[in-house]
Amino acid sequence: MTLLSIEGLGITFGGIAAVKDVSFSVRPGEIVSVIGPNGAGKTTLFNMISGVYRPGSGRVVLNGEDVTAMSPHLLARRGMCRTFQNLQVFQSMTVLENTIAGYHLQESGPVLADLLHLPASRRRARAAEQGARELLRRVGLERAAEREAGSLSYGSLKRLEIARAMALQPRVLLLDEPAAGCNAVETEEIDHLIAEIAASGVAILLVEHDMKMVMRISNHIVVLDHGEKIAEGDPATVSRNPAVIAAYLGAEHAAG
Amino acid sequence: MRLTTKTATLLALVALIALAPLFFPSAFYYRVGALIFVNGLAVTGIVILTGWAGQISLGHAGFAGIGAYACALAPVHLGLHPALAILLGAGVSAVLAWLVGRPILRLKGYYLGVASLGMGILISMVLNNERDLTRGPDGIDVPDLGLRAALKTAGLDLSNGEFWYALCGIVLVLGAWLALNLHDSPTGRALRALHGSEVAARTVGMDVPRLKLQAFVISAVYASVSGSLLALQNRFITPDVAGFMHSVEMVTMAVLGGVGSVAGAIFGAAVLTLLPQMLTVFAEYEQLVLGLVMVLVMIFLREGVVPSILRKLRGTGE
Repeated sequence: MTLLSIEGLGITFGGIAAVKDVSFSVRPGEIVSVIGPNGAGKTTLFNMISGVYRPGSGRVVLNGEDVTAMSPHLLARRGMCRTFQNLQVFQSMTVLENTIAGYHLQESGPVLADLLHLPASRRRARAAEQGARELLRRVGLERAAEREAGSLSYGSLKRLEIARAMALQPRVLLLDEPAAGCNAVETEEIDHLIAEIAASGVAILLVEHDMKMVMRISNHIVVLDHGEKIAEGDPATVSRNPAVIAAYLGAEHAAG
Repeated sequence: MRLTTKTATLLALVALIALAPLFFPSAFYYRVGALIFVNGLAVTGIVILTGWAGQISLGHAGFAGIGAYACALAPVHLGLHPALAILLGAGVSAVLAWLVGRPILRLKGYYLGVASLGMGILISMVLNNERDLTRGPDGIDVPDLGLRAALKTAGLDLSNGEFWYALCGIVLVLGAWLALNLHDSPTGRALRALHGSEVAARTVGMDVPRLKLQAFVISAVYASVSGSLLALQNRFITPDVAGFMHSVEMVTMAVLGGVGSVAGAIFGAAVLTLLPQMLTVFAEYEQLVLGLVMVLVMIFLREGVVPSILRKLRGTGE
């Protein structure tokens, strides 16, 4: 059963095709990775899927519904959530508050109840806080709960973003370079975390530079080059594909 | 148990309001106090809008004008009790804020500042020019609230100064309580979140334009009630209450004290209300001083006086 399907997605910036006719699909519990050299269009593809950019062509179908160019907050209601390559945490809020923010759809209610501190408002907030503390335990940040998010290390912020996204209990989770800038230990922690989330039945779409990580955890890999899909398949197949070696690994070897 | 910011702020506020009269050199200070509370109320609304939701309004005095003129006009023309006129003014302000904010807040960026500036100027022009209704720039009398007389018959005899000091103080505490409730509530958290990162707020399902609109409407009600209390207290009001300088004053008070903190905003309101009373020369240079305060705070105390001091204290305490 397909949960998320990308059908012929494309976009042009100033006449240049940044992404061209890309199609693939993601099933529940599956980890699909999008790889490709710098500038291949991975993040652009992500931004189209998550409603940040409006695609020039093609469709995004989530659970049978056409959600192309739908606003991110409506996608969130339909069970799709993402993290960002350049961190987007709420810097001046505490780690706990950041995570509670992920429960917004569950905890928000009439603003009047919030102003008057009514029991209903407090109950919603308390439930969200309990859930958030549990999630922070899962990502290993429970001891930093009361700290200002801006004071965390890079790797911790990455995990905080994942915790916040998990708070939505998404069916599809888009992770944009979750291990970028992390050291080996942090990468491994994030690695386990992603595998665990997938095992709970969440469909995961991953953009990642760390090839070792991609090869280790992906069920399926989509390779982009110059905005086009040049190959897809399981890690073993993709890593043997001559076009991939030429475009991606080859380019990297040449650069190195 | 550690005191929460909410409890600490409310306790400090109640204590200050209750104890300050012990140190008043003359009855005149009841009036100064009441003015501080009225301004503090409007500035608390600015904290919600600017400090938490990150939106800027340069026309909030327009809502104060609506609140003030509702109390001047509704009792005469609609036969409403002045107390109900406060609610009417708040209702009209809320509807107007909603109408202005709804299309504007769908756009990203600081369009609200420009739109609210225009709105404030329009309200001010109407109040100045609709002479048949508002008597224009000369101002208009405002009916008596009647509450003081009612209290007197009930056995509580307060002077005019004492009465307004107490009433405005109570309303300010109430306004602060509501705002502090909001701060740690789901809505308040969402407002602060979208201020931090709008794109992240949207990905966790927050309806960003709607949240901003809620903040704008709530803060408009604060400004409106503040304008009503000013009018009823003075028994007279001029269109200056809706003027651009009054809007700038509100923002400056908030920025000086700390736009993210209710306590800070009230402190800022106190300082900038006291200054002209203390230094008569200040009145002539008011605009200059407001500008200077704004620039100095932005350079040296970005978060405002109160949060900066608190941070220092916590820094040494830990």
